[in-house]
Amino acid sequence: MIRVLPTDIFIFILLASGSVFILSARRREYWRSAWRQVQSNRAAMVSLFLLSLYASIALIDTIHFEDKNTGVTLSLLDVLATPLRQQVEKTYSAPFATHQYIKEGFSATNGTTLRTYPRLIYGGAHLSSSDAKIKDITLRVIKAVTQGSIAAVVLAGIILGSVHSFIALFSRNGSREKERNISGQSVAYTLIISFSITIPLALLIQCSSSYHLFGTDKIGNDVFYRSIKSIRTGLVIGSVTTLIVIPFAIFLGVIAGYFGGIVDDLIQYIYSTLSSIPSVLLIVSFMLLVEVGEEVGDIAWRADRRLLSLCLIMGITSWTGLCRLIRGETLKLRELDYVQAALSFGVNRLKILFRHIVPNLMHIILISFILRFSGLVLAEAVLAYIGIGVDPSMESWGNMINTSRLELAREPIVWWNLCAAFFFMFGLVLPANLFGDALRDALDPRLKS
Amino acid sequence: MLAYIIRRCLYAMPIIIGVNTIIFFLFFYVNSPDEVARKILGEKNITQEAVDHWKREHNYHLPLFINNQEQGSAKISQTIFFKKSLGLLWFDFGKSDRNNIDISSQIKRRMKPSLLIALPTFLLGILVEITFAMILAYCRGTYLDYVGTIVCISMMSISGLFYIIGGQYLFGIVLKLFPISGYDTGWYALKFVSLPILIGVVAGIGGDLRFTRTIFLEEINKDYIRTARAKGLPEEMVLFKHCLKNALIPLLTTVVMTIPFLFMGSLLMESFFAIPGLGSFTIDAIQAQDFAIVRSMVYLGSILYIVGLLLTDISYTLVDPRVRFE
Repeated sequence: MIRVLPTDIFIFILLASGSVFILSARRREYWRSAWRQVQSNRAAMVSLFLLSLYASIALIDTIHFEDKNTGVTLSLLDVLATPLRQQVEKTYSAPFATHQYIKEGFSATNGTTLRTYPRLIYGGAHLSSSDAKIKDITLRVIKAVTQGSIAAVVLAGIILGSVHSFIALFSRNGSREKERNISGQSVAYTLIISFSITIPLALLIQCSSSYHLFGTDKIGNDVFYRSIKSIRTGLVIGSVTTLIVIPFAIFLGVIAGYFGGIVDDLIQYIYSTLSSIPSVLLIVSFMLLVEVGEEVGDIAWRADRRLLSLCLIMGITSWTGLCRLIRGETLKLRELDYVQAALSFGVNRLKILFRHIVPNLMHIILISFILRFSGLVLAEAVLAYIGIGVDPSMESWGNMINTSRLELAREPIVWWNLCAAFFFMFGLVLPANLFGDALRDALDPRLKS
Repeated sequence: MLAYIIRRCLYAMPIIIGVNTIIFFLFFYVNSPDEVARKILGEKNITQEAVDHWKREHNYHLPLFINNQEQGSAKISQTIFFKKSLGLLWFDFGKSDRNNIDISSQIKRRMKPSLLIALPTFLLGILVEITFAMILAYCRGTYLDYVGTIVCISMMSISGLFYIIGGQYLFGIVLKLFPISGYDTGWYALKFVSLPILIGVVAGIGGDLRFTRTIFLEEINKDYIRTARAKGLPEEMVLFKHCLKNALIPLLTTVVMTIPFLFMGSLLMESFFAIPGLGSFTIDAIQAQDFAIVRSMVYLGSILYIVGLLLTDISYTLVDPRVRFE
């Protein structure tokens, strides 16, 4: 049975509004030329690819349903990664290890206690001895690369074939031959993309079922699984937070900028008051006070509600900047000739707002949405450290870092927990920054001239 | 000038009152004193008497706005609003919820360690970022500039926690150059504060340098620079004499804004390095759910922000003669 958690709804709203936006932007030359400029930036396109990888993992993790036997809420990703989820060791083990990281005492047959590193329950359990590990892994890698390459070629063939037939089906008879054929460049790009999807996937499938790719944490959970599960949390915090505040920021910013007078004064007063409270402290006071009281639903449900309230609170504390931007831009747009012309033609003021002002604010909203994203993902880790982040039962990079922050100081050190969390976080934030930069350069009219 | 400053201060008053109202609303209205007491005393198996007793001890038993049991002016002064919230306006922070310590004296005592870390981090950071930004601006368009920008974006994409945890590991455990955490008075403090300062500077470089570089590039494309070059000035002269001076104006305004916050210290840095400053004070209070301290720090932070805004405006008018007082 399908189950919809609160944040799932927002992710679907985000998807829907994103598709509506893309469909309507495709028809406007302004957006198309901006998109062409972004396309010519190679770093931005690689970033976009990485971002969509993250997004698709988060999407798979968003489809929730109830497990028939146990009644707990699971996501599609949980089911796909069932071996990762269920192969829980006793305690720490290093990446690709076959033995536990901590010694344990065994009573030998002659009565003495022996202290050795025990074999892992799942990691490399199929090997007869740990010496065969290197050979086994090499074999698996070779296998994965071959399988991945075959799959990539097949995938690329399917994509190109369907695109080709699609074009042939819908293009008008008079269109030139050149438009109907697919260029060598797009064939190369499709191949590169399919290779970079299938080979890592094949490597994952080959290795993760019998090894712990990133080791295990203190209570034996697979670190790779935890990092993957955290992707959704990070993406939700980065995007839903801004999504929630966009309508308010547009509404208040536009009416403040457009109507001016006492409305403007009032709105300016509200946001300058709110923005004078340091945001971390404001989030802290909200989170300390507004805690989810009643205990309804299962753990996943409660954790998700806490995630949503965190997004809401971070939104309340961060809408002021966007509102100020929109107000300033509206002030500028209001004085432009075409708006003045529409006004003198007697066009309804509300109509002017929706036809001439709001559409011209879209680039600001999009830029701030993407540039804000990375900051929010990073902020999640800080909030988790302070102790007001997402629910401890929910996987997030912040929680991973927080629980393992002392592991570098222990002897011998455990580095894989922290490294995995930081690595996955960096892998999301860096593309977001690069792509956001490229998009800003393409959209900002100030730099365009 | 004086009239301008006074007027600017008067503008700040409604905002201070607004902040106070928000704090009051959050801490006393959304969260009733009963809930505060329960949280402090521990949630389970707590009798109403114990809650009432705790509330009486900490003055939480009073009504919110008007006390009908009292006579005359006490009707207003014997209320939560008057005792707990209004006092913030003249920096009367009262006592903490948990250990009954005086918050004001704590703030005074903890300010010095906070400043000892925040001020050098701030100054060194500015020095480093201006130097590097000048280098990048000098080499604009070259391979070095390109690599520098990429490094900046990568550095600002790394979590601040990574710099702290990694720095502690590298310098504290592997190289054993500095103690991992702790604090001492006098000159011994130097040993403990140098690592946080170093990490603070490195962690801040990415974002700040990129920002500074943009400012320099904006300045370098202006007409007067072209004129200076056309006169035959060497590029170094153009950069150091003309460009630097003018780029400092937009820089100054962002820098002035952060000065008041130096007093608040850094939340993360102080708590990781166990520096007894205001940042770790706040973190400890948050983790212990001591609402009185959190309330005071929220208020203090807001006041410092408003002061920063004020200083920014004033410094802007001082530095840039194009800005008038009207």
